[in-house]
Amino acid sequence: MLELRDITAGYDRRSPVVRGVSLRVADGEAVGLLGPSGCGKSTLARVAALLHRPDAGRVVLDGEVARGWRHRAPRAQRTAYGVIFQQPRLSADPRLRLADLIAEPLRATGRGREAVARTGEMAHRVGLGDDLLTRRPHEVSDGQLQRACLARALALRPRWLVCDEMTAMLDASTTAALVHVVEEYRRESGAGLLAVGHDRALLTRWCDRTVGWAELSGADAD
Amino acid sequence: MADFTPTAEAAPPTSVERGSPAPRWRTAAAGAQRGSRALRVRVSAGLVAVVVLTVLLVPLFFPLDEQAVHLADKLRAPSLDHPFGTDDVGRDLLLRCVYGLRVSLLVGVVAALAATVIGTAVGALAGAVGGWTDRVVMRLVDVFSSVPHLLLGIFIVAMFQPGVWPVVISVALTHWLSTARIVRAELLSLRSRPYVEAAISGGASRLRVTVRHLLPAVLPQAGLAAVLMVPHAIWHESALSFLGLGLPSHKASLGAMVQSARSSLLAGDWWPTLFPGLLIIIPTLAIAGLAGAWRERINPRRRSELTL
Repeated sequence: MLELRDITAGYDRRSPVVRGVSLRVADGEAVGLLGPSGCGKSTLARVAALLHRPDAGRVVLDGEVARGWRHRAPRAQRTAYGVIFQQPRLSADPRLRLADLIAEPLRATGRGREAVARTGEMAHRVGLGDDLLTRRPHEVSDGQLQRACLARALALRPRWLVCDEMTAMLDASTTAALVHVVEEYRRESGAGLLAVGHDRALLTRWCDRTVGWAELSGADAD
Repeated sequence: MADFTPTAEAAPPTSVERGSPAPRWRTAAAGAQRGSRALRVRVSAGLVAVVVLTVLLVPLFFPLDEQAVHLADKLRAPSLDHPFGTDDVGRDLLLRCVYGLRVSLLVGVVAALAATVIGTAVGALAGAVGGWTDRVVMRLVDVFSSVPHLLLGIFIVAMFQPGVWPVVISVALTHWLSTARIVRAELLSLRSRPYVEAAISGGASRLRVTVRHLLPAVLPQAGLAAVLMVPHAIWHESALSFLGLGLPSHKASLGAMVQSARSSLLAGDWWPTLFPGLLIIIPTLAIAGLAGAWRERINPRRRSELTL
């Protein structure tokens, strides 16, 4: 169970972007969060993934209240999430080859020995050819790079996936392929999903339930 | 395919406009600018090469004693025997200039590298950890920079016996501040990039994120800062030597040579000040010219805060 309780968050304490929002994602559930651009849904997703410290409110992860954020969160809590962002260009270190990009979480958690085998497996799973793995981010397309980012997010077998507008930059067929990969992974691992986006048609087909931003911020939204 | 050929030939007017050459005056101006920049780079690179080769090769192939005193030949004007003339105790100025330049370059390069390492480490600490660490470290940097460089440098030199290494330490400990600020600022802007957040959620420790993702991204800036620091370090060494706090007085040093020649300048003997002075200025300008070209290359759009 991933629970966000009364989250108030933003980048300026005097005018938070997210005000008193609560959201609950049950084990294995897929929740779509719909909202117009700039409303704060990405901020909420970053709070949910322990990447942004909220000004108020709690994140409860499997009954455990999160106390630290970013590096101050325990590694086990951080790696419980697989995070995929909107822009693959910005989410990939431009200096790493795709193989290293995918293997990075394994190496960072001291499982470098499995890296080679697992990288191949993950690349195969997201549909990246071996020839692409030796390239750097600027040598592949947005769609291919996003596939690599998805492979990286799945490398540590997270219990929660947070997809922040994962498919906004992609064409329809790549979108379908990536959603398929996510769903396949969720079927075999039972991971929960928080998908953020503004594409109502996609999210309603993809997720078990969708919530609109207006419903979440409820009464105190202007 | 055939259907498309006519439309492709009758291109829409917008693309004609885009394709047409820029006005002649503009291309000429841009060409002149480009040309002068290329010339500047070539001249700078040539000067740096000459200076480096000279200080490396001359002591190797002409093992003359730059400290040899010939009182009979004192204060000779430049001639074929002594192209730069001789100083007030008859030492050959050309030879002393070469040895002085050698010390200046050694101090400049080593001190600039050391300062860059210190600055990068401090900047990385502040920028990567953030929060209170950042605030405390940067206030310390402010405190350091509020003390005049030369004063602090003199204080540090005064703690040691005169020699090359105290000067290097003095320059390094007074010149790391700007690098620390640059590295910290770059790191702060990189820290919120999604790829750093992806690394955090991939379980990377703070150290790993810094070393693997953040520092490689600031290396070009830090390298540029190091090169721009070399002229500063050379000036600093010359200034310390001019004040008599640098190298021991018998060793050739450009700053000390200018200082000891001041009295003879009033008597109309211009060469003992002119040549060492020129040799302080020319290499620093050449290095600055190269660094400027490098800066435009890695950062062509906006003006950088990294200036000489």
